[in-house]
Amino acid sequence: MLLDVSKIEASYGASQALFGVDLAVEEGQAVALMGRNGMGKTTTIRAICNLNPPRAGSVRLAGTDLKGKPSHRVAKLGIGLVPEGRRCFPNLTVHENLIAAARPGAWSLERVNDLFPRLAERHAQMARSLSGGEQQMLAIGRALMTNPRLLILDEATEGLAPVIRQDIWAAIRKLKAEGLSILVVDKTLSELLPVADRCVILENGRSAWHGTPAELSADLQDRYLGV
Amino acid sequence: MTLALALEQLLNGLQLGVMLFLMAAGLTLIFGVMGLINLAHGSLYMVGAFACAAVAAATGSFWLGLVASLACAAAAGAIVELLVIRRLYDRDHLDQVLATFALILMFSEGTRWLFGSFPLYLDIPPLLQGAVALPGGAQYPVYRLAIIAAGALVAFGLYLLIGKTRLGMRIRAGESDREMIGALGVDIRTLYTVVFALGAALAGLAGAMVGALQSVQVGMGEPVLILAFVVIVIGGIGSIKGALLGALLVGVVDTLGRLLLPKLVGVFLQPAQAGMIGGAAASMLIYMMMALILAMKPRGLFPAAHA
Ligand SMILES: Nc1ncnc2c1ncn2[C@@H]1O[C@H](COP(=O)(O)OP(=O)(O)O)[C@@H](O)[C@H]1O
Ligand SMILES: [Mg+2]
Repeated sequence: MLLDVSKIEASYGASQALFGVDLAVEEGQAVALMGRNGMGKTTTIRAICNLNPPRAGSVRLAGTDLKGKPSHRVAKLGIGLVPEGRRCFPNLTVHENLIAAARPGAWSLERVNDLFPRLAERHAQMARSLSGGEQQMLAIGRALMTNPRLLILDEATEGLAPVIRQDIWAAIRKLKAEGLSILVVDKTLSELLPVADRCVILENGRSAWHGTPAELSADLQDRYLGV
Repeated sequence: MTLALALEQLLNGLQLGVMLFLMAAGLTLIFGVMGLINLAHGSLYMVGAFACAAVAAATGSFWLGLVASLACAAAAGAIVELLVIRRLYDRDHLDQVLATFALILMFSEGTRWLFGSFPLYLDIPPLLQGAVALPGGAQYPVYRLAIIAAGALVAFGLYLLIGKTRLGMRIRAGESDREMIGALGVDIRTLYTVVFALGAALAGLAGAMVGALQSVQVGMGEPVLILAFVVIVIGGIGSIKGALLGALLVGVVDTLGRLLLPKLVGVFLQPAQAGMIGGAAASMLIYMMMALILAMKPRGLFPAAHA
């Protein structure tokens, strides 16, 4: 088991947002973390990365308990985060965004540039001047440059034009085909389900359903994901 | 007024500016990157001056003293950051001001306890003694020119460090999104200690270099600290480029103001009165300049991109 999240609870100040989330990612798997808006997907991700350390339950990465480890230690243990809202460093160039936190491994500047040729074209440009889609590519490239064992993508296609979405999904499929383990949050089921090996659905801060994409019937979709 | 005098005063202004830049660079980095108001920055300047004077007196070498000033100020900065400052990043500015003011008192008393109340003196190293002729015939001390050169070198070094190295990228990334750079695996706490020690070393260097021009004594840092705050406010808080320009501006305007304003007032008034009024106006000149610049550019000449 690469990532093993067990019964985690997390709060923002006094208001509790997670009441018991279980989720697991096997080596080489892509797991879809699903649920309507506000159900706790981003909070779960923040808890895994110890950005909002869980106040109960446990998170283990390749057997190592992450409890009490600052977020930079969690990252070094192998989690690459592509956060909600992209959060590129606007005052750094594309190239600097990619190398500032890079760690050695299979992913290099060349490979990221192959994956996203648009980034190579813009390497000397300030990240603030990129389009939303390019910023998303940069956020993914930046996480890959840390050579993670597990890539976490939170709403990586949110608010992007359809053409750009296709590019992002193509990249995600390529990463999965290369054997990278991925935890992915996205609203576009038609793209998400074919990539995913397993799905976890959150409802009001609890994991409410686990299964394979094939088991996720229209009824279940309607019940947990419909608006 | 002769050309020679004007040139001499201009160089004096540049030298003051360079020294202010060394102080202001650390102050503006620490404020820009960590959001911390550090009143004890002047104490690190004093630490540098005392370390240089003491080691130079013991070994007979100014250059060993200079190395000691960098090492002592950086070490003092790192220790203070680890023990006190890192508890202040998430506090409001009033807490920071109070705690770092307490540090000033501790540094001052500690220094008095170690070295006594009498000032120390530091000689200009033999290599840099003497003077060169300026166009117009005046003689100008080599040592002051060396300070200007050292400041230019530090400015260039900082430009490379912040602009071209990975450490610099991480500092800038931390400025715009501290949580994110941590989530990518950069230990921001260690980074902050390094930035603080770097700023402290620059303050210590300034103190050591000025130590050979003035007496080295407790309390020498605070007047410089006030000017350095004026500099970073003028330059735009967080901007090294702004600190450089602001420092040179303050240095030159202050120095030339003290020379020219009494003469200017002398056109209208008796010499004695002119000296008094002109002198008073000159000492207010940089504050008037700051007010003027802030009226036109409220965030300083080079406002940092974020915030
Ligand atoms: N910064 C925050 N402060 C307080 N409450 C928050 C914050 N972020 C999210 N929440 C709350 O936590 C719950 C889960 O939110 P989130 O994890 O962002 O959901 P999702 O990513 O599934 O849309 C929501 O009720 C939301 O209002
Ligand atoms: Mg979310």
